[in-house]
Amino acid sequence: MPGAIAALGALMAGLFLLPVVAGLAGTLLPAFGFLPAAGGHEFSLAPWRELFAYPGLRASLRLTLTTGFAATLLALGLAAALCASVQGRARLRAGEALLAPLLAAPHASVAIGLAFVLAPSGWAVRLVSPWLTGWSVPPDVATVQDPWGIALVLGLLVKEVPFLVLVMLGALHQIPAAQQLRVTASLGYSPGTAWTKIIFPQVYARIRLPVYAVLAYSLSVVDMALVLAPGNPGPLSLVALRWFTAPDVTRYLPAAAAAVLQLGLVIAAIALWRAGEGAARAIGQRWIMRGARAGACEPGVQAAGLAAGASLALGGAALLAMALWSLASTWRFPDALPSHWSLGTWIGQSHSLALPLANTLLLGATTMLAGLILALAWFEACDRHGRRWNAPAINLVCLPLLAPQIAFLFGLQVPLVRVGLDGTFLAVAWSHLLLVFPYMLIALADPWAALDRRYARAAASLGASPLRILLAVKLPVLLAPVLRACAVGFAASAAQYLPTLFAGAGRVPTLATEAIALASGADRRIAGAFGFLLALAPLLVYLAALAIPALAFPARRAPGRRA
Amino acid sequence: MSVGLRLQDVSLAIGGRVLVQGLSLTIAGGQVTTLMGPSGSGKSALLDFVGGHLEPAFAAQGRVGVDGRDVTGLPAQQRRIGVLFQDDLLFPHLTVGQNLAFGLANAAQGRAARLARVQQALLEAGLEGLAERDPATLSGGQRARVALLRALLAEPRVLLLDEPFSKLDTALRQGVRRFVFAHAAARGLPVLLVTHDRADADAAGGPVLTLGDKAG
Repeated sequence: MPGAIAALGALMAGLFLLPVVAGLAGTLLPAFGFLPAAGGHEFSLAPWRELFAYPGLRASLRLTLTTGFAATLLALGLAAALCASVQGRARLRAGEALLAPLLAAPHASVAIGLAFVLAPSGWAVRLVSPWLTGWSVPPDVATVQDPWGIALVLGLLVKEVPFLVLVMLGALHQIPAAQQLRVTASLGYSPGTAWTKIIFPQVYARIRLPVYAVLAYSLSVVDMALVLAPGNPGPLSLVALRWFTAPDVTRYLPAAAAAVLQLGLVIAAIALWRAGEGAARAIGQRWIMRGARAGACEPGVQAAGLAAGASLALGGAALLAMALWSLASTWRFPDALPSHWSLGTWIGQSHSLALPLANTLLLGATTMLAGLILALAWFEACDRHGRRWNAPAINLVCLPLLAPQIAFLFGLQVPLVRVGLDGTFLAVAWSHLLLVFPYMLIALADPWAALDRRYARAAASLGASPLRILLAVKLPVLLAPVLRACAVGFAASAAQYLPTLFAGAGRVPTLATEAIALASGADRRIAGAFGFLLALAPLLVYLAALAIPALAFPARRAPGRRA
Repeated sequence: MSVGLRLQDVSLAIGGRVLVQGLSLTIAGGQVTTLMGPSGSGKSALLDFVGGHLEPAFAAQGRVGVDGRDVTGLPAQQRRIGVLFQDDLLFPHLTVGQNLAFGLANAAQGRAARLARVQQALLEAGLEGLAERDPATLSGGQRARVALLRALLAEPRVLLLDEPFSKLDTALRQGVRRFVFAHAAARGLPVLLVTHDRADADAAGGPVLTLGDKAG
């Protein structure tokens, strides 16, 4: 039925494209003076003049660009070096289980934990004081919210290195990397050099979209920046956020201008990155043709691999630090560990934890299920109509992953207020779904494409209906990737800070919003409890997704893919 | 002084199953020795052992010598042993010329000099004009020839052939085979060939060793 596919396409467009486009328009208009709610009725450049008159703008832009590009370049390099170092050695399954805690942990949670580790009075200093440093009081330096944004870059690395490692492992499945590395070895190339020259370009060609997403995200991150970035001036996203959340509605106009500038920044940055790809390609090909067998590349790959390992360890320490603080009753500087332990924080906070936890779980479950149904409908429609409208359509649906959230969420809030939906669970769930669905679609796309079509044909030749083929053949065979996509969806929902804040109008508290609100507070024990629970909930879903297939099909060894 | 490939008392086992027991052989420069045997007889594992690509699951003993130098403890990239695999494994993101330049030994310095060497190799192989081509646009026979050129440009001291003709059409196989043996002989390389195909062994013309049929 071509009608069904058209209806599905219309539904997708209505649910995902329209809101983003409407949201962008709803931000663009106020940036040029149109905001009837705040008395703006005619075209004007005043919001821009106000934005450019802001004295911190230059510093803010510099901070945004340096942290965004540094985080993306470093994350890409470290993730590649890590893949190069474990190539042919580590079991992929075991590796993924190791990465799971950091993949599942929301950015907000990692940021809070990292602040606990890196702060002058943080765990890192405590571990080496006073025996090494001689410090009995915390040193007076800004190691978190430092003016250069180093803490923010570290925070982004902790999250983006595991993410890029995961997508690289997926890309490596599509390349005969092990065989190619035997060729390079027989031609005299050391492994790290060979990986950089031969494997990396092939991997990179397959992961460009995720890399752009990391770049766009790093340039416009809000939750992590609230905890780790300097405040005055902060990165551009924080400048826009501060004005959007100001009590004075006239600040909306320059805020919208800042959000539009943020969007322009991301578009320009991706264009610049693409130009850089071309240059890197030309330089790389000359380098490849020079035929150097080892050289400086080898120790470089090894050092970067170690740095990647260190970033993962830092992330692990961040999660652990939150757990420790939440269980501490007394933890004086410079003790390496709390001197007194108790469950007091958890018991005392159980009432304030309950509603945010319930909201987080409910939002995660709802959007995960909705995302799953939509994704299955999408792939099933593709299968039944033999269409390969996959790739370009996926890029369109992924728009919300590339567009800075601040650039379309404010514009969405205005229509939400008009129809009286702002501040409702439904509005928050829908704003989450905008991001949950593309993540789930991406997570399922490769496994679905790799599914051997002959299973379905064999079932059809036995007289099974398309629905029965989906339920009895495709889904069981794809159980592991389907569950993993669900875990990805749940984690994406749990991580949403800005959509919850905007669509929820502050009335739908989740662990993410509450943890960020508490991060600047004085009591690390309470912030630790919220932050740790925020990391734990998606992790448990993730671990369940990894464990269930083995429990459901104990006899099955191989995933349902063509070799 | 001993030029060539020398295996001394080589034994291979996997999971307690002995595949090769105390094998010694010498292949002089310009000579081809063929290794035959059914699947699972350990002939590919033996090739991997010689080339330095053996999976850690195998237990291996014995020595490998190249031109009188013991390379047993060296990683694959330091052995100077070239390998042709079943698949040509030309790198898909590089042109034919770039594939060859990647293989070309580091001794040839300078962009112009390296390009000239690549062009010359293509010309000598009757493949002139292919340097700018994407490997995917080549015919099977051309790909096999380019893969051999790439291996030879690295200036190996030994050439291992791991069933490199098995995936070619019968019509192509003879030509490629002759091409490979002629180039190896012209460079005086010792060649160890693994194959299922009796015709390969006949074309190679050297000694034939059969693995794994002690019982029958």
